[in-house]
Amino acid sequence: MSALDVFGFAARALRGHRLRTALSLLGVAIGVAAVVTLTALGEGARRYVLAEFASVGSNMVVVLPGKTETSGAMPGIGGVPNDLTLDDALAVTRGVREIDKVAPMVVGTETVVYAERQRQVALFGTSHEALEVRRLGIAHGRFLPPLAWDRGAPIAVLGSKLARELFAASDPVGQVVRVGDWRMRVIGVLEPRGQQLGLDMDDVVIVPVATGMKMLNRSGLFRLVIQVRSHADLERVKAAVVRLLSERHGEEDVTVITQDAVISAFSSILGALTMALGGIAAVSLAVAGVGIMNVMLVSVSERTREVGLLKALGAGRRQILAAFLAEAILISSAGGILGLALGWIAVRVIVAIYPALPASPPLWAVAAAFSLSVVVGGVFGVLPARRATRLDPVAALAGR
Amino acid sequence: MRAPASRRPAGADRDARVIRLDGISRSYDVGGEAVHALVDVTETIESGEHLAIMGPSGSGKSTLLHVLGCLDRPDRGSYELDGRDVSALDEAELTLVRRHTIGFVFQFFHLVPRLSACENVELPMLFAGIPPAERRERSLARLAAVGLEARAQHRPDQLSGGERQRVALARATVLEPKLLLADEPTGNLDTASGRHVLEILEQMNAAGLTLIVVTHGPAVARRARRILLLKDGQIVYRGTGSRIHEAVERLSAAENGA
Repeated sequence: MSALDVFGFAARALRGHRLRTALSLLGVAIGVAAVVTLTALGEGARRYVLAEFASVGSNMVVVLPGKTETSGAMPGIGGVPNDLTLDDALAVTRGVREIDKVAPMVVGTETVVYAERQRQVALFGTSHEALEVRRLGIAHGRFLPPLAWDRGAPIAVLGSKLARELFAASDPVGQVVRVGDWRMRVIGVLEPRGQQLGLDMDDVVIVPVATGMKMLNRSGLFRLVIQVRSHADLERVKAAVVRLLSERHGEEDVTVITQDAVISAFSSILGALTMALGGIAAVSLAVAGVGIMNVMLVSVSERTREVGLLKALGAGRRQILAAFLAEAILISSAGGILGLALGWIAVRVIVAIYPALPASPPLWAVAAAFSLSVVVGGVFGVLPARRATRLDPVAALAGR
Repeated sequence: MRAPASRRPAGADRDARVIRLDGISRSYDVGGEAVHALVDVTETIESGEHLAIMGPSGSGKSTLLHVLGCLDRPDRGSYELDGRDVSALDEAELTLVRRHTIGFVFQFFHLVPRLSACENVELPMLFAGIPPAERRERSLARLAAVGLEARAQHRPDQLSGGERQRVALARATVLEPKLLLADEPTGNLDTASGRHVLEILEQMNAAGLTLIVVTHGPAVARRARRILLLKDGQIVYRGTGSRIHEAVERLSAAENGA
């Protein structure tokens, strides 16, 4: 009895119970569609976040003051870390050859006032390098001019939303605003940029780094953002920066993060999330499997006489097992194919509704969902099929 | 009645005795009580015989038929079919015996309702692994032999009772078995259809097929060349030819509890 004969026989049997077959097939289809859709969402989220990081700029190394690492020492013991100063930033810029640009940064909150309007926004003290390092764009006017880092100036660049809210339709460039206790001339407005690593770049005021440190009364920087010439040099730059700053501070008290590390951390977290979503959806496949088992048990008990007949005609146990298993597998794999189609449609709909979310099921999830659907038929079909093979032919022929 | 000793073994005439039952017993447990369906049945059935098995309900004739058809195993005794001791075979070997040596015809036809007449006849060949084209050809040939070539594509519900039984006959004989077991083959048919089915059975028997019919009907039993009468699991009467009338009398008596 060839495989084709087995499946042909099983298909004929299923066609006798179209509604029942369709319903249990639908159960599998829903399970597979759920796996496809949910993993597509998870994968979409992962891609979205990665794209966010990419928008910040690649080849990036970030230096933070303080050592963030788990050690046996009590927090606070082992000394307060040294400030990360503008001199440190200069030393890094000059001392590490592979570095293209360094943008020093201080961050705080200040009130910006123009006429009667005032807004509480993020104050961002940095240098002209930030324009490129953080992939910013200028909509109007200009960005910070290339000043020496330790020289302040009463000038400010506004985020697009801040500019709109303070100045409405009029041109802010050339106007004077009050930032905290300081009077500053607006020299430019940023292009709309949206969220960048949790900071709304449309709702900021950017000033020269030395001015920012004075305004916020800080002696150290919030961080250094370093752009490396080549991606291949990232690790070397990281090591060189740590070495250089450790020498300057007399201890290793900075943390250096490459963007790669952050991206891969997020990527693996969101990848795990996607797998978890897929796993939850796969539970519905198991439920669908129980549905198949139920339908097959009904089928076996309805066809008891037929099983008896097949035995009398010389069908072996394996052949009867194969015939009933084939029915279960046909239901589940047809359900799997339908589920893939439904999942594809669902993903299309999601993408149509949320174009920003690059939802697309990962290949592994598609392959796993379909093969799992086939396996479900096989596994949950075994019990009913075995029941059929174990029927006593005499009793079965009598319909008992 | 055992076969005369002079006609025993010696491989040459082995084929002459298609069936040899020796001390077959079979009992069931029904509601905690043992029912002795067959008690020490010993019988030899020659190749090409036309044998009728009669007996009142519960006499064990169906059990005997199932044992003969390798659908049921005796608790005791040996059963030799076509020169092989089938009581010692395992399930897989019994499957092959059922497939190739034995054909079944049932009172309720037992056609698979979703399959056409032709496909029903193909079933045993399906399990025997015969390729599709050959299956179809042989199936159509068998259907032609029972006069149903025009009905080959009809499903059972589109056939009359007599036609259904003829499809079942074609199916039972498509793998050319040595032994055909018929359980009340005309029990569900009108007289004319029943006679037609019996005629086909007798033609097959005349062509060399060993035919064993279990029946209640004296009219069916009378057509056999030999008759066994069962009562309480034992053979209580064996008759041949003209003495079949006598057997039928006995059956009536048995049914009246005599």
